[in-house]
Amino acid sequence: MKNNKIFMEYNKSDIINFLLLMLIAFVLIPVTVKSGYWYSSILIPWLCLALASIGQQIVMGYAGQLALGAAGFMAAGAFACYNLILRVPDIPFFVALVLSGLIAAAFGILFGLPSLRVRGIYLMVATLASQFFIVWMIDKFGWFKNYDSSGIITAQDIVIMGKSFTSPMEMYLVIVFVVTILTLLAVNMARGSTGRNWMAVRDMDIAAESMGISLLRTKLQAFAISAFYCGVAGALFAFTYLKSLEPVAFDIKLSFKILFMVILGGLGTINGAFIGAAFILLFPVLLNSVGNNVFHGAIDATIISSIEQVVFGVLIIVFMIYEPLGMAKLWENLKFKVKNK
Amino acid sequence: MAQERNFPIGSPILEVKNISLSFGGVKAITNASFSILEHEIKAIIGPNGAGKSSMLNCINGIYQPQEGNIIFKNKLLPKINPNLIAKMGISRTFQNLALFKRMSVLDNILVGRRLHSNSNFLQVAFQTPKARNQEKENRQKCEEIIEFLEIADIKMTPVGKLPYGLQKKVELGRALATEAEVLLLDEPMAGMNVEEKREMCRFILKVNDEIGTTMVLIEHDMGVVMDISDNVVVLDYGKTLADGPPSEIRANQDVIDAYLGVAHD
Repeated sequence: MKNNKIFMEYNKSDIINFLLLMLIAFVLIPVTVKSGYWYSSILIPWLCLALASIGQQIVMGYAGQLALGAAGFMAAGAFACYNLILRVPDIPFFVALVLSGLIAAAFGILFGLPSLRVRGIYLMVATLASQFFIVWMIDKFGWFKNYDSSGIITAQDIVIMGKSFTSPMEMYLVIVFVVTILTLLAVNMARGSTGRNWMAVRDMDIAAESMGISLLRTKLQAFAISAFYCGVAGALFAFTYLKSLEPVAFDIKLSFKILFMVILGGLGTINGAFIGAAFILLFPVLLNSVGNNVFHGAIDATIISSIEQVVFGVLIIVFMIYEPLGMAKLWENLKFKVKNK
Repeated sequence: MAQERNFPIGSPILEVKNISLSFGGVKAITNASFSILEHEIKAIIGPNGAGKSSMLNCINGIYQPQEGNIIFKNKLLPKINPNLIAKMGISRTFQNLALFKRMSVLDNILVGRRLHSNSNFLQVAFQTPKARNQEKENRQKCEEIIEFLEIADIKMTPVGKLPYGLQKKVELGRALATEAEVLLLDEPMAGMNVEEKREMCRFILKVNDEIGTTMVLIEHDMGVVMDISDNVVVLDYGKTLADGPPSEIRANQDVIDAYLGVAHD
């Protein structure tokens, strides 16, 4: 067994994998995939939700704080972005995006405060407040929705350096760009001292404190960064996938979805966020097309969506018991086996 | 015994003054006082429930004694603040292993370097030269410790998967990585066989000799205690029963009655 996995310095295979992924994301996909369906129904939501999952991963998988309310932070990010573009003249899109993330991060710190007192399932209940409070606030105060009475606001076009990005492929490129950068930053943090502090707090908080880690700072930092990722993801989700802004889109179901992505993908891994998001998003699509193409619509759509729920439920239980590190771990094991054949 | 030490024993670095600690009605420590000299190896011994671990927890800031003070380098230690106390230069290991189970051996020891890396999360995220250099230095230091403890072959293994003896070693490594002036070792050799104990003693003595770290250890193996410690403090029912060099402790009638018993030889 070789121990070539030195975390800090990226080794050769890391860099080759990264360049390969970039080639696929920025060249191969834009060149080969022409159908708007693939972009707007699969790739765009996948990347947005994967980004939110990274956020959930940071607070839950790395810092070990059971938080449930990612969608609340996404809503904060989405409406912050809408209002920034609406009210600040000539604000560059990326600046608005980062500011939205920061606004969400402020909420993250606020709703992370209970983590200093309670833990586990109780913390989960306490963090639900973010979910309900943020969505309620946006609904209650008309200012956030620019006093639009219809309840659904159309998102502005994404304009970068005078060019508007409106076609699915253009939007995809914007998202891939943002997700790439934020993923790299997350990987750097996770592999570096920041991530070690989070994991130390997760695994044994008393020992972490005795090593000079401030629990208060580390926990709130994780909440803030997590909310930042969710906020940016929420803004992208609203501007490119939903193309509208409505608080209802960010309900508790979305929070649960993101939670499941993290659990199935694998707690405490960044690639688990992508794998989990892909699975949760694509599985229903697969099920539907099987229903349509194999059984030619003989199975009722409601039954198919019930099957979906059943499968998710079973999988979560199975993963919790047999492979808490999720699909990312299965993938690692598979790679290991292939390499050592 | 008479050989010259690199770091001769100096003046008191840590003074425990009239500490009392109780949990509700249960008195764990009653008016205990002793001091720890710079560069010495001090053993705390006593029967079960004598308040040895509680004492370490008080020094390290996990518990707050109701009465008394602890003075470290002429400064009063802050109350219940392990993280500040760590920053002042006191590190420790735990009786029941408090490792980061899902992290690798190397990562565990790297956490011990926490106070030697002050780059913030943005510097880490963007891998600024400062963050890179600190990480590099810390990794180098940890590799040295891993080499020293002879655990290079398991450095990438998650500690949760390691046998007990090795976990104890990793915990010592993590404490060493802090480069604290005072190390509190709570039963570093519990559950080890003779061979492992001998190895552990060697590490403790070597660190004390080469870096001059002041060691405070709780240990039940009297052979080990009398062998490696410069001074021994005996606790019984939360009180200091005796305090002095091993030869004195061995001859102390109170200690023999309370703890040591009579040797059969």
